[in-house]
Amino acid sequence: MELVNIFIKAAFIENMVLAYFLGMCSYLAVSKTVKTAVGLGAAVIFVLAITMPINWVIYTFLLEPSTNVLSGIVGTEMDLTFLRLILFIAVIAAMVQLVEMIIEKFSPALYTSLGIFLPLITVNCAILGGSLFMVSREYAFGESVAFGIGSGFGFFLAIVAIAAIREKLRYSAVPPALRGLGIAFILTGLMGIAFMSLMGIDPAALMAGK
Amino acid sequence: MADTAVQEKDVAVKSSEPLFGKKERALITDPLNDNNPVTVQVLGICSALAVTTLVVPSFVMAIAVVFVCAFANLTVSLLRTSMPKQVRMIVQLVVIAFLVTVVELVLKAFSFTVYKQLSVFIGLIITNCIVMGRLEAFAMANKPWRSFLDGIGNGLGYGGILIIVAAIREIFGKGTFAGYKLIGPTPEYLIDTVSAGWGSTLFGWYANNGLMVLPAAALFVIGILIWIQRSWNTKLVDIS
Repeated sequence: MELVNIFIKAAFIENMVLAYFLGMCSYLAVSKTVKTAVGLGAAVIFVLAITMPINWVIYTFLLEPSTNVLSGIVGTEMDLTFLRLILFIAVIAAMVQLVEMIIEKFSPALYTSLGIFLPLITVNCAILGGSLFMVSREYAFGESVAFGIGSGFGFFLAIVAIAAIREKLRYSAVPPALRGLGIAFILTGLMGIAFMSLMGIDPAALMAGK
Repeated sequence: MADTAVQEKDVAVKSSEPLFGKKERALITDPLNDNNPVTVQVLGICSALAVTTLVVPSFVMAIAVVFVCAFANLTVSLLRTSMPKQVRMIVQLVVIAFLVTVVELVLKAFSFTVYKQLSVFIGLIITNCIVMGRLEAFAMANKPWRSFLDGIGNGLGYGGILIIVAAIREIFGKGTFAGYKLIGPTPEYLIDTVSAGWGSTLFGWYANNGLMVLPAAALFVIGILIWIQRSWNTKLVDIS
């Protein structure tokens, strides 16, 4: 039940894109059509769901002063947490490489339509941000998996929603200077405000039927 | 206020460097308007939006990004001929991560409150698309000095937007600028308007706009900045 809570919280209440505004670059750049948005969203879910547990293991067994292997060998506590950025980003880069190879093999059409934005998942802040949030919130292993899948799902939902809106917007009379990027920013802001109404909700209380 | 900060740094770089021709100057001035990383290239939105509620953290963030961007460009440009193509992404990321770790440790040591305010967003400079984007687009194909200038220019273009947005949000959201009270009903002002005889308070009727403190306001402000910029610089208008 705890894990379901974390999933719902990560996907809706603390949505990576609409509540924390992470992963904005690819969110704004790849949201021109629903089709590519779905592809990118799915890739992000996959990368988040895989990197989060791997980074949890790395953080807990290699970096955290009280639990890391080196401290066990040396006998005193060794604080290696300053290495976390480099190790996390290396894991993410490797996983993105893997996703790129999988997509290239099974869906060449999607591979070409995503183009440069596929390798740019590496620098998608939502992914590194997820790992850093996991550390600062001190999640356990199972919780980190639920958090990874949940925040990936949240990103998927957000990017597909804005892509659908932008497809419709092509037929609206937007002022020329605001067309494209400008209106996408303002729309995202409005969606963020809409998502804020979810913020006061406590999933644990909802599930207990209160 | 933001503009003068940017220009001052600009002038300092120019006067200290005799190697500074027209092309080199364009490397710094272009990203400030025509090729702004935030409003035109859509890079670095991610870490920018969340820190812009207050001016001081935004300023620190801007300096950090200028530093990381300039030195990452310089290092990668120096390494560009000797690094194999297959591992270039990882090399670039390691260079960036190294510089960001330096920034993080320096902030932690010298300005712990700002470090706490910025929290994960300092770490997220690694994934700031500006840094990686400029490495790929510029530093991999250009000489070290030019890459260094390009890094400074893009960092300043980003920092300028960051500080403008932060100033708008802080003034309208909290009535303060960099922590000093400017408008609104409370008595702690930077300039004592009452004893100066200008009336009771400066814009004393102003009630803080709660919307401006929300992260969503950053998107509105940047959206409107893009609107202003493009209606005045019409060659940037999106025709598609």
